[in-house]
Amino acid sequence: MADKITIVLHSGDMDKVYSALIIANGALSMGMEASIFFTFWGLQRLKKGGLDKGPLSKMHMLGLGKWMVKNRMKKVNVASLDRMLTDFKELGGKILACDMTMEIMGIKKEDLREDLISDYCAVGTFVLEAKNSKVSLFI
Amino acid sequence: MAEIKINCLGETCPIPLVETRKAIRKALPGDIIEITGDHPASKKEIPMAVQEMGLELLEVKGDGGTWTIRIRR
Repeated sequence: MADKITIVLHSGDMDKVYSALIIANGALSMGMEASIFFTFWGLQRLKKGGLDKGPLSKMHMLGLGKWMVKNRMKKVNVASLDRMLTDFKELGGKILACDMTMEIMGIKKEDLREDLISDYCAVGTFVLEAKNSKVSLFI
Repeated sequence: MAEIKINCLGETCPIPLVETRKAIRKALPGDIIEITGDHPASKKEIPMAVQEMGLELLEVKGDGGTWTIRIRR
């Protein structure tokens, strides 16, 4: 079994996208391999200009909560999602896009950040990746 | 043999760890990497990552705020 982490990112909530990318970047930094399977609301975040659009999972409060959290994040100097995704790719992380989600939601390849995506795939690919990983998470 | 210096002052999780990893990937075997930062958890975790990757931890310096860690690739 490979020293690898596989994450299903089902949620498109901003805080959960952060969780997935921080954990995946941490794994890559510890010398592991990592892949993130973007599906459902998670895949929405891979649309062009969609990375920062998600609400907070809790205390969103019509955007006021998100605004407050983002301000706090800026003060503590938390990196942007865009930077985390760029670092993830640079460290050899793999991004898999769920093609069933694309069909359900009418998302075309050209709607997505194609520069970031390693592969378009379905559940079989995910199962194989997870089978060969020591750690798998559903976020 | 080169010496690579990274400045992570003011950076928080996971940037110090990620920047360390990026430098390790770019370094050649034998190169020294020196990371300076002030994120408390990273001072503990960078040595953990170094151990996981089987690299040599040369030095962890600094108590209080700012720390410096030296690694040999």
